[in-house]
Amino acid sequence: MDPVSRKTITVDVNGERYERELDARRLLIHFIRDDLDLTGSHIGCDTGNCGACSVLVDGTLVKSCMMLAVQADGAKIETVEGLAADGELNGLQQAFSDHHALQCGYCTPGMLMSATALLRENKSPSEDEIRKGIQGNICRCTGYVNIVEAIRAAAQ
Amino acid sequence: MTETTVTPERPLVVESGELKPGFIGQNVPRKEDKRLVQGEGVFFDDVKRHEMGYVQFVRSPYAHARIKSVDVSKALELDGVYGTLTGDEVAILTDPFFELSTPPGANIKDYALAVGRVRHVGDPVAAVVARTRELARDAAELVEVEYDPLPHVLDGEESLKDEVVLHEEAGSNTVWSGVFDWGDFDAALADADHVVRIERLHFDRFSSTPLECSGCLVEFNRGTGQWTIHGNHQMPGVGAIWMAPALRVGIDKLRFVSQDIGGGFGNKITLHPQYTACCLLARKLNRPVQWTEWRTDQHTANTHGNERTFLDVTVPVKADGTMLGFSVRAIDDCGAFPRYEPLGCIIWAQVTPGCYRWRNVRVDFTQVCTNKSPVAPNRGYSRMQHLWLTERIVDIVASELGMDPIEVRKKNYVKHEEFPYETPNGCIYDSGDYARCLDIALDLIGYDSLEEKRRDAESRGKLFGIGIGSTLDSGTNNFGQSMILNPELQFSGNNEVATVKLDIFGEVVVTLGTVPQGQGHETTASQVVAEILGCTPDDVNVRAGHDTYWNSTAGFSGTYASQFAVTGLGAVKGAADKLAGEMKQLAAAVFGASPDDIELVESLARIKGNPEAALPFMALGAILNANNAGLPPELDITLNVRHVYRPAFEKPDLERKFGNLTLTYATQIHACAVEIDPETGVYEIVDYAAVDDCGNRIHPQIVEGQVHGATAQALGAATHEIFTYDEEGNLLTPNFYDYHVPHALDMPPMKTGFIESESPFTPLGAKGMGEGGGAGIHAVCAALQNAVGRRGEGPIVWRSCNPYEGVWELLQKPDETRKLVSVESR
Repeated sequence: MDPVSRKTITVDVNGERYERELDARRLLIHFIRDDLDLTGSHIGCDTGNCGACSVLVDGTLVKSCMMLAVQADGAKIETVEGLAADGELNGLQQAFSDHHALQCGYCTPGMLMSATALLRENKSPSEDEIRKGIQGNICRCTGYVNIVEAIRAAAQ
Repeated sequence: MTETTVTPERPLVVESGELKPGFIGQNVPRKEDKRLVQGEGVFFDDVKRHEMGYVQFVRSPYAHARIKSVDVSKALELDGVYGTLTGDEVAILTDPFFELSTPPGANIKDYALAVGRVRHVGDPVAAVVARTRELARDAAELVEVEYDPLPHVLDGEESLKDEVVLHEEAGSNTVWSGVFDWGDFDAALADADHVVRIERLHFDRFSSTPLECSGCLVEFNRGTGQWTIHGNHQMPGVGAIWMAPALRVGIDKLRFVSQDIGGGFGNKITLHPQYTACCLLARKLNRPVQWTEWRTDQHTANTHGNERTFLDVTVPVKADGTMLGFSVRAIDDCGAFPRYEPLGCIIWAQVTPGCYRWRNVRVDFTQVCTNKSPVAPNRGYSRMQHLWLTERIVDIVASELGMDPIEVRKKNYVKHEEFPYETPNGCIYDSGDYARCLDIALDLIGYDSLEEKRRDAESRGKLFGIGIGSTLDSGTNNFGQSMILNPELQFSGNNEVATVKLDIFGEVVVTLGTVPQGQGHETTASQVVAEILGCTPDDVNVRAGHDTYWNSTAGFSGTYASQFAVTGLGAVKGAADKLAGEMKQLAAAVFGASPDDIELVESLARIKGNPEAALPFMALGAILNANNAGLPPELDITLNVRHVYRPAFEKPDLERKFGNLTLTYATQIHACAVEIDPETGVYEIVDYAAVDDCGNRIHPQIVEGQVHGATAQALGAATHEIFTYDEEGNLLTPNFYDYHVPHALDMPPMKTGFIESESPFTPLGAKGMGEGGGAGIHAVCAALQNAVGRRGEGPIVWRSCNPYEGVWELLQKPDETRKLVSVESR
C-alpha cells in the first residue's frame, strides 16, 4: 500500500461511530488526537516505550503510537474520555485523585487505561501484579508509589 | 519491590501540632484532578487552529561543521508545504539572544537556528512547515544541506585547551571562570590532622526528561504585531526577556499562554530559540504554526542537566572527624550553548558548605562549551552537583579514615540550635534539624539491625552497604547572585504576582503568575484564599495555568527553583489579605459600622457578635460591581486586587562573592541499603527512606508526592540514566529505548517521614521543596561505597551514575579508582 494513499475507515470510539478518510500511514494516536479531537490520550515517546497513548482496541491494551489507524478499521476503541459516565468519575479515576496518583496528569490517561485492562482481567491484583500491569507506562512525577496505591484501592 | 510503605499513618515527628484548624495544612482534594483523570486537561499539543501548519526542524548530523549551503527548493516543491526558514534568514530578521556571562561567554552569538556553523548533533539548521506532521517530516528530508565537517570536542577538560574552538567570536571555549574563596583555607590546611585528597569526581549528564516534550502553537496577529504562544515554557517572564529584543519588539508583543504542562523539571526554561523560530514562521507564513518536539529531538537537542568534573578535592580534617572545609577545581560542561547556564556557575554557592559547618571553602569554577547538547536547569539545578560533591567528600573521608559516616555527618552537620545559620559566603540557612531527620531516616530503614542485615546478605554471597544522602533544597532565589557572574546584569531580588477578586455573583477568582506543571498550584492557592476569606476551597476559582495577558505576571514569574510555597503563595496571601480588607470596608459601609467590627466567615461578611447582620459574598460582589450608587465616594476599593510578593533581599557583595542568595532551605535526608552481586555488579536497593523538612506543609499529600517523584528521578540518575556520546558526537541514548527511566518495577520500596521546621522568613512558614530528590543520587553512591570500600582499600565510587557494568568494573579493577584518593596524616 502506498503510504500516502487515502483510505476510509470506520471505528467505534467510546460508543460513538466515526467514519473518516485518512492517509494510510496515519498512526492511530494521531487519528484519535488530531482527526477525532479526542486529546485525552497523549504522546510521550514516539517509540512505544512510555504508554501515554495507551487505549483499548477491541478490549486489548494497545499503545496507539505503535498501530496504524487503518489497522483499527472496524474496531471498538476505548479511551480515557469514555471512563467517566455522565461526568461522574469511575472508581479508578476517583481513587487516582484520592491517593494523589497524578501530578502533571500527562501519563494519567494511559495509566488509567492500563489499570482498566489490568482490573478487568484481575479483580484483586497483588502489588507485584499491579506494578507489572503498569510497567509499560512511564510516569516522571510520582515515582509510582501512589499510582500503585490507587489501583489497589480501586480494586477493593 | 513487594512492600511499599507510604507515610506512616501517624507522622513520626510533628513540630507544630498535627490537627490544624482551617484549610492550610490539610489534604484537600486537588482541583486539577477532575479534568486530568478524564483526559480533559489542555496541554499545548491539544490546541488547534484553523489552517495551522506543522513545524519540523532540519537538524545537523554532525557534532561540528561549517554550513556550506542550505537548499530548501525541493522541499518547497512538495504539495502541502507552506514554507521554510533558514539560518541566513534568522540572522537578518533577528539579533542574537543576549548572553548572561562576561567575556569570553558574552561574545557568543546564539540564534534561533544555526548560522554558518553547527555545534552539536541535532543543532537545527532550518525549519519546514507543512499541512500535516507527516508531510513536514517528508519535506524536512528534502532540504539539502552541505556541510564541511570540523574537528569536535566532547570532553570538558579537553575543551579547555581550546584546540577546537566552538564559538569563533568568543575566541575560547571557556564561558566563564572565577575563584570563590571564603574563610581561610590555607590556615585550615595547616591546622588539619589529616588531609584527604581526591583527584577526580564526575557528575554525569542526565535529564529529568518530562513525559510531555516541548512545543508550542504560535499565532501572529498582523494587525497588532503581537504573537500568542500556546506553549509549555515554565519561565515565560525570562523567555520573553530573551525573545523580545531578539525579535526587535516590545515585550508586550509576546503573550505566553499555558494551561496544563506535562512536567517541566527545569527542562522547559530555555525554549526561546525554538519559540523564536516559530514566531518568525508564523509571521512569515501568515498562519498559525505548531511545533511538537519529537522525543529524539528532546534528548539530542533540547537540554540536559549539567555535567561537572571535580578535580583536586582537598579536605582538611581534625583527628576527631571535624572537617574544616574543602577546596576543589570544578569544570562544568554546558554543551554547545550556555544560554541560562552561566547562572549555574553561581547557583551552587547557595549551598556552599552543604549541610555542614565548614567555614573554609575555595572553589575554582570554570564553565566550558563542548560539541554536545546544550544544558539547562534540571531539578536540583547546579546545587545537586555541588551537594553530591559534599556528600562524596564526607563518605570518602569517613571511609579513608575508618570513621562511621553517620557519626561524621552528625559531628559536622549544622546544629539545630545554630539556626538561622550564616554560611561562610553569607547565605542564611533559615531553619532545620538535620541530625533529627537523619535519625528518622535510619529508624525507617531499621538501622539498629544493620549488622544482622549485612551478615544475612553476606551469607548469600552479596556485598551489603548502607548510605546517606543529605541535601538542602534552596528555594526562592535572590537573582542578585547573577551580578556575581556579571556585574553588568540588572537582575536582583525576586517577585511573584497573584490577583484575587470578588466577582459580580460573589465568585472568588484567583489568577497566578506561576506556570504550574503538576505541583497543584490551583489547590494550594485555594486553601490559602479560603482560609483568609472565610469560605471553602470549593468556593475559590483559581484559573488554570498561566497567561501573560492576565496582568498577574512580573519579571521573575514562572515555576522553577523551589519557590511556589513562598513566592506564589506569598503573592496569593498578600492579595487575599488585601481583598479581605476591602470586603470588610464595603460591608462596614453598608452596615454603617467600622471595618474592625466585620468578620468574614462561612462566605459571609457579618458584624461580629451579630450573625443576623450579614452580607453574603454575592451581595458584596453585586453591590460594588453593579449596584454602587450611594456608596460613599471615599470608599476607594475595587474588590479586584493584585499583590506582588517581594522577599527582602540585598544585593550581594560582589568583591567577596558574599550575600544571602536564597530565602529558604528545605532539608532532605535519604537513607538507602543496597546488596551487590560481586560476580556481576548487579545491585538491588533493598531498603529506602526519604525524610523531608520543608517547614509548614500547606498540603502534606502534595509534598509527599514531590518527595516520591524527585526520589524516583534521582534513583534513575544514580543507577542507569545517562547521556553518553560516541566518538563522533552522536548521543547513544536518544529515546526511551536506550535511555531507560524507572518503571514501576524498578522502584524500590520507599518509606517517607518528615518534620516541620517553620521558616522564620516566609509568609506561611513554608519552604519550596520540589527539587530535593538529588539526595537519592548521593545515598546510592554512598551505599555502594560502603559496600565495596574499606579503610585504605577497595574502589572509590567517583561517578554519580553507577550502572551495573560500572559497579562490576569498580570491583574488577579496584586499583584504578583507589589511586584517586590519598591521605596525609600528621
